Amino acid sequence: MAGLRGAAAIVGVADEVSPTGELGGSGRALEAAVIKQALDDAGLTLADVDGVCHSASSMGLAEYLGIHPTFTDSTNTGGSSFEVHAEHAAAAIAAGLCEVVVSVYASTPRSDRRDGKPRRRPDLGVNNPLVDWELPYGLRLPMAPYAMAATRHMAEFGTTSEQLAQIAVSTRAWAGLNERARYRQAITIDDVLASPMECSPLHLLDCCLVTDGAGAFVMTSAARARTLAKPPVYVLGAGTCHDHSIISQMPDLTTTPGVISGANAFAMAGITPSDVDLLMGYDSFTITALLHLEDLGFCAKGEGGPFVEDGKTAPGGSLPMNTNGGGLSYTHPGMYGMFLIVEAVKQLRGECGERQLESPEIAVAHGSGIVLSCMSTLVLGTEATR
Amino acid sequence: MSTKVPADTPLRMEPPISPGAEPFWEATRECRLVLPWCLACERPFFYPREVCPLCLGTAIAWRPATGTGVVYSFTIENRPPPAAFSMGKPYVVALVELDEGVRLMGNIVGCPLEKTEVGMPVSVTWEALSDGRHLPLFEPRREENAL
Repeated sequence: MAGLRGAAAIVGVADEVSPTGELGGSGRALEAAVIKQALDDAGLTLADVDGVCHSASSMGLAEYLGIHPTFTDSTNTGGSSFEVHAEHAAAAIAAGLCEVVVSVYASTPRSDRRDGKPRRRPDLGVNNPLVDWELPYGLRLPMAPYAMAATRHMAEFGTTSEQLAQIAVSTRAWAGLNERARYRQAITIDDVLASPMECSPLHLLDCCLVTDGAGAFVMTSAARARTLAKPPVYVLGAGTCHDHSIISQMPDLTTTPGVISGANAFAMAGITPSDVDLLMGYDSFTITALLHLEDLGFCAKGEGGPFVEDGKTAPGGSLPMNTNGGGLSYTHPGMYGMFLIVEAVKQLRGECGERQLESPEIAVAHGSGIVLSCMSTLVLGTEATR
Repeated sequence: MSTKVPADTPLRMEPPISPGAEPFWEATRECRLVLPWCLACERPFFYPREVCPLCLGTAIAWRPATGTGVVYSFTIENRPPPAAFSMGKPYVVALVELDEGVRLMGNIVGCPLEKTEVGMPVSVTWEALSDGRHLPLFEPRREENAL
């Protein structure tokens, strides 16, 4: 695969979160604020932006900002939308359609609930298979489909609740090193198992948070990236695949389309799992992260449970995973994929303070959208890897 | 196949009838489970739709299903979403693989929650909807040696 290797680089990132889980702003104003931070980070201005990505309306965003982009992308694949945006942006930049692309996300479910604002529900529309064939059975979203994946994984491979809990424990240990994380206090496997059972076999502490949050990235060509404020973080590989939209159509509940998105991204980058210094793997639930470890090839199918048991993904482990504290302990405003990219970039630039890894060169941001439906894998690297 | 509504069946949101699924729902009026088969592929598929998801063929025949299968996976919902289930008590949502090879969602009824297992043989049972249709649910298969 010739692909996009090294053609584009992320040159600016920003995210807004709070240990309270609540932010002051919301909506477009919050999006604009975090875009400004990401542009400042890159040493660019709004006038430089000629491409916009937004998971709901890139046109609405561009209008609000008063810009006239030549590349526009409103792709929504749920939580993996921003990895897909990065893939599309890199392709557009490589093809010469535009030079500076911004993608942004802001969502404030927690303060909206506090303020009594009506919960934004997805438009179910008509002729929606979810409504016809799943919701009548009281399927609790998004938890239940992931719970069914966990049940199946346990039945096929003997994975245990303790092994899933270890992922929450290891991720919380990372959050302990991040003063911006929502929850920082160390937890044990017993704490996870003692937390309320939501959808069996998933306990409350197997589930991601509900917080406010906002984030943005700025991408440009490799040539321009080298003239800017921060060290470029190159897109070395990208891949996306979806194999269902509703859970009853997922071909195999223990294998996600990350098998394909990951293999394609790694092949484009010319790397193998052993080259990866940091995995930012979307942890909507503990089972989600476990499936990523298997499907991206860090361990064999079915061996995710034993793989995480000794704290391999925790601080000091051989495969650092979700060093910001993840969706489980850092932030999760609904579509968390943006924060995977922001953390990967900050780690590769060495900006992560107490939780900073030692000279990482290759990071993977692996987004998961809807109900294990759309996986999108980004391989990011420093100048040395280009 | 039984037609009585098990006592532990929760109240629920009733499904609409989307294009392509009319014969499925019509058969449920008589508590018959039928599946769409693509005449070109000679394979069943689910959920019902106007075209075959394997070949885009539009010649579709509706054939009776055995109504038996096994639990592919499940979850016990301990905190029901209020809009869908008003009884507010835990229930099982499962994916069932029918003998024909297609997978569909259903509640498991007539079985203690903690006895539900992956691989458990089940057969279809029916819950009456308000418009004369029935919703397929599943219960543990009684004559296990009927396999």
